[in-house]
Formats: sequence, structure tokens, C-alpha cells
Amino acid sequence: MHDLTELYQSVILDHNRRPRNYSVLPAANRVGSGNNPMCGDQITVYVKLEGDRIADVSFQGSGCAISQASASLMTLNLKGRTIAEAEAIYAGLHKMVTTGKVAEDDMSDLAALAGVHQFPARIKCATLGWHAALNAAKGDATPVTTERTSD
Amino acid sequence: MNAAWKNLRADFPILDQQVNGKPLVYLDNAATTQKPSCVIDALTHYYRRDNANVHRGIHTLSMRATDAYEKARERAAKFLNAAEPGEIVFTAGTTDSINLVANAWGDENLKKGDVILLTEMEHHSNMVPWQLLARRTGAKLRYLPIVAGDTGLLDLAQLPKVLTPEVKIFAFIHVSNTLGVINPAAELCAAAKKVGALTVVDAAQSTGHLPLDVRAMGCDFLAVSGHKMCGPTGVGLLYGRKALLDAMPPYRGGGSMISSVDYLESKWAPAPAKFEAGTPNIADVIALARAMDFLDDLGREDIAAHDEKLAALAYARLQAEVPGIRILGPAHHRSGVVSFDLKGVHAHDVVTMADQEGVALRGGHHCNQPLMKKLGLSSTSRASFYLYNTEADIDRLVSTLQKISKFFAG
Repeated sequence: MHDLTELYQSVILDHNRRPRNYSVLPAANRVGSGNNPMCGDQITVYVKLEGDRIADVSFQGSGCAISQASASLMTLNLKGRTIAEAEAIYAGLHKMVTTGKVAEDDMSDLAALAGVHQFPARIKCATLGWHAALNAAKGDATPVTTERTSD
Repeated sequence: MNAAWKNLRADFPILDQQVNGKPLVYLDNAATTQKPSCVIDALTHYYRRDNANVHRGIHTLSMRATDAYEKARERAAKFLNAAEPGEIVFTAGTTDSINLVANAWGDENLKKGDVILLTEMEHHSNMVPWQLLARRTGAKLRYLPIVAGDTGLLDLAQLPKVLTPEVKIFAFIHVSNTLGVINPAAELCAAAKKVGALTVVDAAQSTGHLPLDVRAMGCDFLAVSGHKMCGPTGVGLLYGRKALLDAMPPYRGGGSMISSVDYLESKWAPAPAKFEAGTPNIADVIALARAMDFLDDLGREDIAAHDEKLAALAYARLQAEVPGIRILGPAHHRSGVVSFDLKGVHAHDVVTMADQEGVALRGGHHCNQPLMKKLGLSSTSRASFYLYNTEADIDRLVSTLQKISKFFAG
């Protein structure tokens, strides 16, 4: 299973088994949700926004290892960021999971998701939580569904 | 098993290929089956030699096409033991067939206070059209439950409670695409008849898999998909008792379904033409009839026995050899569908990893979201067997699942 160890890197397996910030955030002032009707993945993202800064973020949901690990990594990467910074990080992630190209600067632990680009059917799994989080941060309460987003 | 079973796999050119460097093991037959060379040849022969529009044509090719198209109707009637070819309406598939009944029969015959009875194991295609009909007419939906636990059998003890005289139509799946359960269709149809309810049987997973006789079953309507029985995609049929089809208004308007048209009003052609507006799916209908020949050459009793043997073997081996597996559906008397949950591994991860081993499975809710909720699962993985699968395919399935289980536990 050579290719699979690229998709399911130990970082992914670890975050799937022990997702970080997997809880309801009592102080949240924004909530976003996402679902993938094709596979039944569901996610709720809680954001505590201070000004335009994501002071805290957490999630809960069910889904495949890729979706859970990506959401878990997301919470670590977005905490303390401004919305603009968060969007830039997501742009880098999106490029990485669709092309496999890792940005030169700090993709850090998110680079573990680079293998996703070899499995086009799984790209939506990796981006679902991010869409929900960014929508919530930007004040869009519409639930995200993979059937309306391009990825 | 007769001589047609010899070298059977050679009839399916698609099976002879490597996927991700491994020989393909195709176990997604409940989603769609592969096509034998004779069906593919029937399609190309039609387009190379006979293609023309049917009916109304006077030239030779049109007559040839019409002849083959109407012969296919006769073939289908014989395949299902319908009383006459006029009881066969060609459609785009099971979903299209059920929508036809829900619209043409339902809008005319249902009113507020009437009840549509379904079962808890219905595919979305035999649930959503009835929900839409209920919304249009004010009729209510009611469900026959499945028993608690993982066998997925219908709770027949509840039948007298839910099948009351308010039930005007009872639509149920013959063979479950998720649980592999074979429902007692004749018994359910007889019970419905007693309270005066019509029956609609979703036979997507049973036609071409089991011997099927609509008159012995006693159903009023039966919906079939061609692509799940070695035929092409995009074609299927609706069986309907002739008296019912004759009494129903059209479903869609257009060419071919009329006897005369005026600027303000038209008269309908008799059934089944009434329900086949527009140029039909001629090539696929003809190829579907060829698939029926192919299946009858093998013998549907033997196909059913083959499916059941593989499913029982898979059930026993997965249970014994794959740690942390939870298998849905009954252990015996089941179709070739085996759905399972691998503890701690999401179905999509199972399917992605199996694909890397050349094993084609399906993962998800299998168009069965309410049932999944009831079973406390968000998704399952599914292996489904058909006539060309072998015990060696089960070896590959077992070893692949063992690998996956170990990978995620490790």
C-alpha cells in the first residue's frame, strides 16, 4: 500500500484517532456547518470571533479520516489568525490538495494533506470543514454543502 | 449449472484488467453490473446496421428498428411472465418507473386521508417520489418497520397494524440494496390485496438475480433497471397490470403517445405507448432484451444460487477473519449484497484503500439515509456479488480488509 501511506500519513491517522479541539465552544459567537450529501459527512464548526480575529475555534462531526484530520488540523492553524490570514492559509491548502504543490512558506503540518491530490474523489473531504469555518467567520450562516461548492 | 457457465468471465471483457497494479475484483454489482460481450455487440450492431426511428417509419431500417424494439417488449413480458407485452412500459430505469406510477396513478387516485405505505428499508428512489406525491395530494406516508438488530428483516408482525384500509398503495423493495434482505413479495402483495391496496415492487436488485414471475408474485406494478442485470445504463421498465395502465392518464406528453392531436386537445394512444412519449431509448431497449437472453441461458435459479453461496461464504469468512467487522443483514437466505462496518474506519477510507488493492467496493449511505440513522451508522462499506464473481474474489476481499483493519489499528 505504497500510495496509501502518502494519503494516510501518520499525522492524518493521529488526528483522525485523536481530533484536536473536538468540542462545542461555549464562547463561540459564530457557528458554521457543512455536509457532504454524497457520503453523509457532517461537520459543525464553532468560532469565537474578536474583531476580525479568530480567537478560538473548535469542531464536531463525523466523517472519513481525511475530513476529520483536516478539520482537526484546521483548528490548530486558524486559531489566532485574522480572517484574511485564514483565507490565505485556505488558499494554500486548496492549491495543495488539488495540485499536490506545497507552498514554500509555512504550510507546516498541513503538508500532511498533500497526498489528497492523488485521490480527486477525496478533495471535498479535505475542504469541507474549512468552508464551514470560513463561512462562519465571515458571518454567512448558510450551511455548506459539497454539492454547491466547486470543491 | 449448464454449459453457459463455462468460461463465463471471458464474456465480460472489462473484468480482465489491472486497477492500481492489481487484477480487478469488481464487487460493486448492486450499483451496476458489468455487460457481457453479447450486450455490447447488440448495441453496436444496432447502431452499425439498423439505426432508425421507430414506429411511423415506412422504410426498411425503420421497420427493422421498430420490429426489434417491439420484440424486446415481448421478450421482457416473457422474462417477467407478464400476461401480455402491453403490460411493459420502457422507461429510463427503476427511479423513472416509480415516478411514473407516483405521478400518473397517484395524482389521479389519492386524496387527503389516504395512506401510502412504504418500508423502512426503501431506497431513496422508492421514498422521495411518494413524499412528493403526499405533498401534492395530502395523503400520508406510513412505514412498515424493520426488526431491531442487524438482520434488517421486515417486522411482519407489525403488518396488520400498518396495512389498514386507508392504505391505497404499498410500495416496497424486493431485495434490499443495503441489507441483502429478500422480502417475501408474494406474501406482502397478498396482504395488500386484502385491504384493497395496490402494490409497487422496486425490483432493481432482484430482476436478473432471482427467478421473477409478476403473476405468481401478484404485484400491480414492478419497477426494473436494465443496468443492474447486465443491460445498458439509462434503460429500464415498468410492469403494470393492463387494466391499471389503461385507466391511468399519461405521465409526459409528446410524440408517439397520442392517437390524435388538435390545437386545443389530444387523445391518448392506448398503453403502453401512452407512457412512452418521444423517441424511446431504442438501442438500449434492444440490448436489454439481449441481456435477458443471456441471463436465461445461465438460468436465474442458478444465478440466485451462485449469488447466495458467495454471499454466505463472504459473510462467514468476514465474520471469522476480519477483526472489528459488523455485518448487516441476515446470515442466510440473502442476496449477493453484503454491507459492513469496520470498527474505527470510515467507509470512504475502506473504499479508497480497497481500490488501491484493485478491489471495487462502495461506501456511503447507499441512498438509504433514514435506514442508516436507524441502524446508528452514518455509512457502511458494501461488497455485492454477481454471476461472474468467484471464491477467489472473496479471498482478495478478506485479505484486503484484514490489511485495512491492521493499517488503521496500527
